[in-house]
Amino acid sequence: MFPVKELKRSALISLWFAFLTFPIMVIKVDPIERTVNWRWDNLFFVALGSFVVSILAKVYLIRKERRAGLKKVSKAVTEPFVQRILREPRFLYPLSIAVLIFAISFPFFFSTYQTNIMTTALMYVVLGLGLNIVVGVAGLLDLGYVAFYAVGAYSYALLNLHFNMGFWAVLPIGGLFAAFLGILLGFPVLRLRGDYLAIVTLGFGEIIRLILENWNEFSKGPSGIANIPRPGFFGMEMNFDSGITYIYYIVVALVVFTIFVVNRLQSSRLGRAWLALREDEIACQAMGIDKTKTKLIAFSLGAFWAGLVGVIFAAKTTFVNPASFTFLESAIILSIVVLGGMGSIVGVIFGALILILMPEYLRALSEYRMLAFGGILVVMMVFKPDGIISNVRRSYQFKKHSSTAE
Amino acid sequence: MSEVILKVSGLTKNFGGIKAIDAVDLDIRPGEIVALIGPNGAGKTTFFNCLTGIYTPSAGDIILRDPKNGTETRLNGMKPNKITEKGMARTFQNIRLFPTMSVLENVMIGRHCRTHAHILGAIFRNPATRREEEEIVDMSYDILRKVGLHRQVNEEARNLSYGAQRRLEIGRALATEPFLLLLDEPAAGMNPQETEALVTLIRKICSEGHSILLIEHDMKLVMSLSDRIFVMDYGKKIAQGTPEEVRSNPAVIKAYLGEDVDA
Ligand SMILES: Nc1ncnc2c1ncn2[C@@H]1O[C@H](COP(=O)(O)OP(=O)(O)OP(=O)(O)O)[C@@H](O)[C@H]1O
Ligand SMILES: [Mg+2]
Repeated sequence: MFPVKELKRSALISLWFAFLTFPIMVIKVDPIERTVNWRWDNLFFVALGSFVVSILAKVYLIRKERRAGLKKVSKAVTEPFVQRILREPRFLYPLSIAVLIFAISFPFFFSTYQTNIMTTALMYVVLGLGLNIVVGVAGLLDLGYVAFYAVGAYSYALLNLHFNMGFWAVLPIGGLFAAFLGILLGFPVLRLRGDYLAIVTLGFGEIIRLILENWNEFSKGPSGIANIPRPGFFGMEMNFDSGITYIYYIVVALVVFTIFVVNRLQSSRLGRAWLALREDEIACQAMGIDKTKTKLIAFSLGAFWAGLVGVIFAAKTTFVNPASFTFLESAIILSIVVLGGMGSIVGVIFGALILILMPEYLRALSEYRMLAFGGILVVMMVFKPDGIISNVRRSYQFKKHSSTAE
Repeated sequence: MSEVILKVSGLTKNFGGIKAIDAVDLDIRPGEIVALIGPNGAGKTTFFNCLTGIYTPSAGDIILRDPKNGTETRLNGMKPNKITEKGMARTFQNIRLFPTMSVLENVMIGRHCRTHAHILGAIFRNPATRREEEEIVDMSYDILRKVGLHRQVNEEARNLSYGAQRRLEIGRALATEPFLLLLDEPAAGMNPQETEALVTLIRKICSEGHSILLIEHDMKLVMSLSDRIFVMDYGKKIAQGTPEEVRSNPAVIKAYLGEDVDA
């Protein structure tokens, strides 16, 4: 049966919630009449609501634990459907090709507007995959990721403004700038762990934004830089629509490239070292892995992708200003990684598509976007801390009596 | 035979006012199994942590001598990974595996410092990288066979039994090709059968050319395995010698049985 102890806890939780939400739910100041309305009934609903929700959550968790107890016996059978597919190359390859064909034919079947939204979503896929290296694989909580995105975007904007450099020339430069900045930031910061690292990177992200906002001679301040050219295609002039389609294809190519590279990295010697670093730093060092070097590579590699997407962002919107690179942006990208599944490529792709497309298509919801993000993240952390699709460990087959030299 | 591979002299470690290790000397010769024993809180694990670079010693010298080429290195202040590269690897008293990585991957991590593939190699998978990766897998599998875990290669490390986790830690340390292996209470939490298998394993490892320094509370195991024993109490070395010498040493009996037994 449901333990009394848990009832008590739920009661406490509901009291705490009632207290926390008191100022916004109960007190309502009427500035015209200069009176205060005390909406006590709201207090009751908040308390009751949070009580019920916390009990439901607890019941769910208890059940899950019981099931986990039974599950040990038949692990292979209960493995989620998606993961079984991901494990089987037989299903995985046709599926990937189908998805790729869909992605390539997308602009032919959907409007320019839809294509544009999809481009944005795919840019976040790449950002998510980049941050996934840092947060998901190497376990370094980076809350200032948007800074590298900004560096990429401003690289293109400024290099184009001053030196008239084109998109394709700046694309790698923007990525390398960001990676370089990643290393610069990494040196002092990487000796920190967990929460401390998060706070410092958060500060770093804000510093970059504030520099862009206040250093007028350098970045033109809050008014930003306009008239950034779209990517060129062998000097061909393009109208607005085909320009959007073109960028869409560039982004699709970038997504494919990113998935390819990230996938190979993850199953390499370096990728294993990142994972080990996430799991246990001390054991990792004791096994002969250079902690600083490995972390720096993760950090700068993640930044590299943010830089690339930054350049594309500048080319797509033809305008950059500091307002595009707020902490909110970092939070969204982080949510993508956490929601999708730390360390899992497919998970991050799903996460990005869900979190970016959902608010676009459910306009009504977009007002409550931040609320929904917060809610989703909390719920995910409680019920499915591994994310939608958790990372599949590679399995190895050996002949029964392998006779390699000892 | 006279050449020591590890020479520790006057090693001291202070935590604030506490002297966790106080001027301890110790040496290990090639092919030896040496035990470090002492009551709880004697400073044994702290001693290991100083040797492996997890703590920086407050005073004293740690000299490691590679038996193959005779190069001597002073380990004080070196990073843990560099020390492992020099040829000394360890296990942990409170098991520190990589819990969600597979058994095989745990051992593969141990190969890291003996392999070289870099980012570009990983992305392009050139023949050299592929060959190296195959070697890592093969060698890790062989090690798993040696420690008796080759039937669980794809199991997550956290799902292993306690005894198996300890053996996996030994396997992971072996993968770094150490000439000196430090084991911190390898038999803790094992049942008698597992302990017996462990003794066989340690002997085998030793016979394959690894010297061993081990911390252990199981006296039967210590007495049967070790060539020499060092005894610590309250951070100081109180005795050293062969098992027989140590067993009859009054200071050791006093440390283990308390003040009232007078020698
Ligand atoms: N990081 C630290 N900071 C402060 N004191 C420490 C630290 N690490 C160890 N100590 C202290 O040093 C002393 C020795 O501890 P250590 O863990 O080395 O003992 P041990 O001989 O390994 O004991 P056991 O047999 O229980 O494992 C203890 O008193 C412990 O409290
Ligand atoms: Mg200890």
